[in-house]
Amino acid sequence: MLSLELRDLTKRYNRRRVFQGLNARMQGGESMVVTGPNGSGKSTLLRLVCGLVRPTGGQVVVTVGDRALSPIEARDHLGLVAPDLALYGELSGLENLRFFARVRGLRVAEEDLQGLLRQVGLEGRDDDMVAAYSSGMRQRLKYAFALLHRPSLLALDEPGTNLDDAGRAMMAQVIARQKAAGGMLVLATNDPQEVSFGDQVLRLGP
Amino acid sequence: MGIRFSVWALEAWAVLAKDLQSEFRTWYALNALLMFAVTTLTMVSFSIGQFAVNSAVLAALFWVVLFFSAMSGLARAFIREEESGTIQALRLAADPNVVFIGKLAFNLVLLALLELVVVPLFVAFMGMGVANVGLFFAVLLVGSLGLVGASTIIAAIIAKARAKGALFTVLSFPVLLPLLVTAIRGTKLALEGSALADGMPELRLLASYLVVMVTASLLLFPYVWNE
Repeated sequence: MLSLELRDLTKRYNRRRVFQGLNARMQGGESMVVTGPNGSGKSTLLRLVCGLVRPTGGQVVVTVGDRALSPIEARDHLGLVAPDLALYGELSGLENLRFFARVRGLRVAEEDLQGLLRQVGLEGRDDDMVAAYSSGMRQRLKYAFALLHRPSLLALDEPGTNLDDAGRAMMAQVIARQKAAGGMLVLATNDPQEVSFGDQVLRLGP
Repeated sequence: MGIRFSVWALEAWAVLAKDLQSEFRTWYALNALLMFAVTTLTMVSFSIGQFAVNSAVLAALFWVVLFFSAMSGLARAFIREEESGTIQALRLAADPNVVFIGKLAFNLVLLALLELVVVPLFVAFMGMGVANVGLFFAVLLVGSLGLVGASTIIAAIIAKARAKGALFTVLSFPVLLPLLVTAIRGTKLALEGSALADGMPELRLLASYLVVMVTASLLLFPYVWNE
């Protein structure tokens, strides 16, 4: 089973301290909501968890059983939805998923990719270029990208961004399935409705 | 080991196929490469085309046109990922070395397409006669591989910088200088009709440059990619 531990985690950008000495521990089936004012480091923390930025001090430790994974190994177990994560506009939604499946070394049947697009509410838009998608549709496609490899840890940064009511229902369903499957969930949000998805709350900032 | 290599090859092929698909839909890098090459070639041809130019000058001009055309387009493989914000998704999904090999192969295809245009145009516009065609293409092949090997890792390094275009050329020039000098010497020999054996020292040097550059890039790239 996967577990995540933040050990005395510190992040600075040049001289500006984002946060210092964060400690937290999570296991499968648990969920954590990260809240705090703008600029308090919520998105940075999620990027640290996903290995996209390096900590200034401390460690993010992802372990399977007793074995600590390297940041590159850990990425096979992580899925991220974030506002600044973009998919290829000149490819269709289906082509994007097909590419990311191949580059991850996954053998995913075409019907499964289409099923994933259906799950996030993009049925019938498989072959449309992502550049022609609305911002809400792009957000839905990010969910499909994050779920493609069935990650044990799902990191959602401002997960309801640009989503309509149906999109928020899809998001709630994704979160419920992740919990039901014994996966972990880390959400960065200030939306009171989304805060309720977490078992524990980590508040950043003053 | 064999299985791991074939998995790597398949994943790198996926990166190459995606980049080619994107490129042929947008002509993002090819436009820049071809426009620069044709413009430079036309200017060179108009300015010195009427003079009798010796093989050393022709060989130098040929590689200068190739170098600057390559500089205008080869960096885009990484810059595009950075500017469009897709680099994060790619970093989350792909092994760094797979990305490097995929991008290297993509740049190689771009340079091959560029050479398909530049070589015949250069021969036509500048009246370049190639006496030893075999040596000419051998130098062109190994030199192009080295050019792509060096420019791909430099493109990855400068992708996050602000003045990307200027930085790319400035950083590439000293790294590529030994390759360019050797390739020019080899091309001159080919134009003059020297035997393949006479060009072997240049070919060996170019091949050594290629091996060193690609090996160093594979070792360095994961740090560049994950930083």
